[in-house]
Amino acid sequence: MKYLTEFGDGETAQKLARQIRQVTTRPWALMEVCGGQTHSIIRNGIDQLLPPEIELIHGPGCPVCVTPLGLIDQALEIAAQPGVIFCSFGDMLRVPGSSKDLFRVKSEGADVRVIYSPLDALQIARDSPDREVVFFGIGFETTAPANAMAVKVASQQGLKNFSMLVSHVLVPPAIEAIMTSPGNRVQAFLAAGHVCSVMGYWQYPPLAERHHVPIVITGFEPLDVLDGIRRTVMQLEAGVAEVENAYARAVNYEGNRIAQDLLNDLFEVSDRAWRGIGVIPKSGWSLRPEYRDFDAAYRFEVSGIQTEESSLCHSGEVLQGRMKPTACPAFGKECTPRKPLGATMVSSEGACAAYYNYGRFHQISSTSVS
Amino acid sequence: MCLAIPGQVKQIFEANGTRMGTVNFGGIEKDVCLAYLPDIVVGDYTIVHVGFAITKVDEASAKATLAMFRDLGLLEEELGETGNEVPN
Repeated sequence: MKYLTEFGDGETAQKLARQIRQVTTRPWALMEVCGGQTHSIIRNGIDQLLPPEIELIHGPGCPVCVTPLGLIDQALEIAAQPGVIFCSFGDMLRVPGSSKDLFRVKSEGADVRVIYSPLDALQIARDSPDREVVFFGIGFETTAPANAMAVKVASQQGLKNFSMLVSHVLVPPAIEAIMTSPGNRVQAFLAAGHVCSVMGYWQYPPLAERHHVPIVITGFEPLDVLDGIRRTVMQLEAGVAEVENAYARAVNYEGNRIAQDLLNDLFEVSDRAWRGIGVIPKSGWSLRPEYRDFDAAYRFEVSGIQTEESSLCHSGEVLQGRMKPTACPAFGKECTPRKPLGATMVSSEGACAAYYNYGRFHQISSTSVS
Repeated sequence: MCLAIPGQVKQIFEANGTRMGTVNFGGIEKDVCLAYLPDIVVGDYTIVHVGFAITKVDEASAKATLAMFRDLGLLEEELGETGNEVPN
């Protein structure tokens, strides 16, 4: 397919890897922010092409993984209410809440539907005027324009039986939180390409300057990821810390201004809890008060939720890059994609799922038996 | 979640007052929302995420990047592996 095959060429990948090896003189720790990049790295064995000095720390850029447990429990409560049609991206169905997941609630009789696009939820609302249609609006800046448009259209068309449970998180505050956390080891970032397709990269130069950290906007195909790493390492070796765009075919400095305007119209920045990490100030978007009628958290009175995380799960440390998935004692044992203890084992962007699905599990099982 | 894939716009139309388009992804066609790309025209490539086109693929940039990859290390290969690192 156009622009997929060209950016996956093996020979060019070797060439890029060779150049990375040539410029690397000492150890560097890079974080790829986005879970989509983590999957590309593990699926394509990109980490194995790199010199041993380069460590890739997998970042928290998986919206499924960082949606807070309290909100998952809230979703489960809402989904179980009579008359509700609960719509969600497929990834969320197996994410464990305190005692069950959306699949379980569905099997107990709730009307839970997997949708591809938020616009599908609107259509369901139009088709079922006597039901309450709730959409689980999770995501980073990439997904926010889609979710915002659903609320905007519902508002314009007076779709009163539609609402959204909002869990939107933002990349720049997460980078800030990582750089200021005690014991941080991250020296450079591969920024998430599609987040920047929407938001541009005008938010990043102050971060790069304040923390003297190179930030390279990076795509998702193997050559994109390798080029992002190459440019990052060249900056680190040269002692510079700049914002660089290695994904120019899909990202420009300004981003999509029409999308940004609609996001500003619908959302306001708010503090948000990240699962496994804690509250990061000003790191999320919530619906503005004028759109509160479409906010499922207000429409449905759900209170008294007591959350309880699995004591065996180390997903918080994995999300913060403090632990490799294979170092978790539960990895591949108590915790597998079929029976996940934490969201990082569920999502198509979760680091644990990447390691498990692309064979790293077998490596560990063959080496860790004692 | 942030996975988004490139496809080519085949047709543009309106549905429920929203600008929509049919996009071809290597043989599979899907209707997507084009509201965020008012300037996109039939034949353009776009990147689609959860049913929304979020950006137009800049073909000139794509070609420039691929050309840069082709040129990368060209000198070094001519000079052999012991040649100095080639800045770009």
